[in-house]
Amino acid sequence: MKLLGEILLRNESFSEIVMGDTAVVRAMIEAGVKIVSSYPGSPTPEIAQAIQSIPVEKRPFYFEFSTNEKVATEVAYGASIQGNLSAVFFKSVGMNVALDSLVQLSMMELIGGMVIILGDDPGANSSQNEQDNRHLCRLSYLPVYEPATVEEVYTMFKEAASLSAELKMPIALRLTTHVCHAKEKVHFHPFDTQSGNLLQEFDPNHGPYIPITSEVFPLKRKALEKLHALQTHPSILSAKVVSSAPSKKGVICSGLPYLSLKECMQNAKEPIDILKLHRVYPLPEKEIIDFLTHHEEVKILEELDDSIEKSILALAYSRDIKCKITGKNSMEDWIGEYTPEKVQSLMHQTWPACFDKVKDPLERENIKPRPPQMCPGCGHRSAFYAIKKALPPDTITVADIGCHSLGFLSPYQMGQMLLSMGHCTGTASGLSTGNDGRPVLAFIGDSTFFHAGLPGIINAVYNQHCLTLVVMENGTTAMTGHQGHPASGENTRGNAPKIPVRKVLESFGIESIQEIDTYRQQELQEMVKKAIHEPGLKVIIAKHPCMLKFMRNKRRKGDVMIQPVEVDQDTCHQIYECIEDFACPTFQRTDDGKVVTQHDLCIGDQSCISTCPTKALKVKKGDPS
Amino acid sequence: MNNFNIYLIGVGGQGIGLLAETILRAIDYAGFPVKSVDTHGLAQRGGTVVSQIRMGENAFSPLIPAFDTDLILSLEIHEAYRALMSISKPGSTLVCYEASWQPLSVRSGKEKRIDKENLLMAAEKMKIKVLMVKDPKLGDSRMQNMVLLKKVAGEHLIPGVNQDHYIQALEDLMKGSALEANKKILLEAAN
Ligand SMILES: Cc1ncc(C[n+]2csc(CCOP(=O)(O)OP(=O)(O)O)c2C)c(N)n1
Repeated sequence: MKLLGEILLRNESFSEIVMGDTAVVRAMIEAGVKIVSSYPGSPTPEIAQAIQSIPVEKRPFYFEFSTNEKVATEVAYGASIQGNLSAVFFKSVGMNVALDSLVQLSMMELIGGMVIILGDDPGANSSQNEQDNRHLCRLSYLPVYEPATVEEVYTMFKEAASLSAELKMPIALRLTTHVCHAKEKVHFHPFDTQSGNLLQEFDPNHGPYIPITSEVFPLKRKALEKLHALQTHPSILSAKVVSSAPSKKGVICSGLPYLSLKECMQNAKEPIDILKLHRVYPLPEKEIIDFLTHHEEVKILEELDDSIEKSILALAYSRDIKCKITGKNSMEDWIGEYTPEKVQSLMHQTWPACFDKVKDPLERENIKPRPPQMCPGCGHRSAFYAIKKALPPDTITVADIGCHSLGFLSPYQMGQMLLSMGHCTGTASGLSTGNDGRPVLAFIGDSTFFHAGLPGIINAVYNQHCLTLVVMENGTTAMTGHQGHPASGENTRGNAPKIPVRKVLESFGIESIQEIDTYRQQELQEMVKKAIHEPGLKVIIAKHPCMLKFMRNKRRKGDVMIQPVEVDQDTCHQIYECIEDFACPTFQRTDDGKVVTQHDLCIGDQSCISTCPTKALKVKKGDPS
Repeated sequence: MNNFNIYLIGVGGQGIGLLAETILRAIDYAGFPVKSVDTHGLAQRGGTVVSQIRMGENAFSPLIPAFDTDLILSLEIHEAYRALMSISKPGSTLVCYEASWQPLSVRSGKEKRIDKENLLMAAEKMKIKVLMVKDPKLGDSRMQNMVLLKKVAGEHLIPGVNQDHYIQALEDLMKGSALEANKKILLEAAN
């Protein structure tokens, strides 16, 4: 068996099939990165999984999950100004949380170098928006490199790390979901085994590091000078022309859309040149001007927003370049991932004689997507089921981010709005202000509680808002793959001090705090019924361990015994409470309307048993399957 | 060599990831250029899970171009139907493990259940060959993916990739009793 941790540490020249997120970890090791920090978020948690596949004592660098992206950025910054090469990674919207500190970095002398790995998510595969972080990078004077393939993830990280250390400036590597998750064979190289010692070179004279009022100007000037130095720096490839035969037509693109375009080119009626950008900010002007002047028509094929397009148009105008430039045609061009299919239809719109229309060879039925759902045994399900029954119909329910966001779906419909991690208490406070009729109830996960939830909760105490907050405590950061958090008692290195949610809340002076296991649905229901009509901030900590994590651990220990729940057909009156209200995926309906349990799904948790009005749900004792 | 594109579909928790990784590595052992991508979002929470594998020198993107899938592998019947109705192309093959994990709309009676007959009828109209697989003796449902792989290996559905390559791939990915159990299922194909 090939162990990922061993592959990552293999100190020789070799090739292996890896994911983009794994390749970047190998690149960190080869580049001599010393400190890495993160907060989990798709499409990047697999970077952490790769790091954590290396036993703690063998890890070539320090790695932590910080409480949020801003803290993670600060940890990496602190490491870098100590002289240690650092990296931080997070998902697209993580950049918003990081921004207050991140935006300062370009003004600082980052002695050790620092690479920021962004996991953007065109197509919103697992995010609450499609934000294009190139805007925020530009705002922060943060150079951005964009790999298209797994191999490029590896090589570009190494180049970015060395450039960052040389110019003492932050550099971003912008990955997108299917670059992170693509797998292919990559050729790796041997590396210097570093002494494990971290450098201690911080000296305020390397700075200054305090940007206040007029001190800002020299620092800002320095940031701009570094950007300029980067543009003329010879070491890193900023763009590449791909051409099969000379053509008057050209396309400028970058990242995964480049690969989509290559797919479309295979059936194109004439050759077309491509300028593939590796650095998308600051743009490689010389190469672009060159490309524009050598072509009559250039299409800018740009996923998400039009940041490259606008810059290139401005460049062409200022240089009086005659090339005909086309970019986005319609609003739809701003939306969704640039898959081979999407690029085919965009190229068809641009040059219909050259690219065919996407044609479906078949007639098809339209099928609704299978909605995601909470796992069998999930404590969140029991909570939603019970709380829904407790609430008057006009209650306003506020969702937050995590597995429990799925509560907004049918049949629970718990959660009517969602903004960002930790927004719920603030939003609920606004909803309850001046509202003396409709109860307001908000949900928050335990990882989110620490990430960005606390300011909203403190505000609700401080400004005396009236709402009920349900902390959905499952002991882990479940949605992103079970990372630890401050109340979980574990961090990336093993056991960690536990900061209990309840103690934190008590320290704020909140008087109404109750705790309950969510499987005790009846009691939870009574608790909520009472709480919503009381004044002030009431907190209910609705606990149950994440059962997906629990079952995985159980199986890992070799314990595969499950006693599935059965439907006693004599007692079942086909009321369908289990299917339609509780809605555990285990319950299936046969053609003649019977309810049966799917044994491949049932984990024997029995959280459903008390929900059956006729007590037809039973565990057959002594008959494990 | 032309490209060969494989689309794997199932429900979160069924082991599509392991199946895809095994096939990816087997194709590599057979000496062909290959790339893949798992394209699920929140799907690991009981939604649809898709993996795409692309074989051949001229496969650039890990994502399969529109209506260009040569082989669909499904671990669940409603998902097989979904693949048929969204990405399939005439003349291709669909292999489906006959498991049923009803989506909520089906469980709650709002939509019709898909069974083997529905699937076969639709596929015939679309000129897609269907192979159904099922092993009623299988104890652990998480090994349904291996039963499916057995069919793929036995029928040589991926050109140039044979039994040994799949075994080599499995040996990369697991060890001990898990490896033996999975290998055992796969090797039964030879008989
Ligand atoms: C700013 C930001 N960072 C990261 C994420 C990714 N993310 C989505 S759900 C989630 C986990 C939330 O965990 P928790 O609050 O414990 O809820 P659970 O999933 O365990 O129910 C995270 C980190 C995000 N959406 N936004």
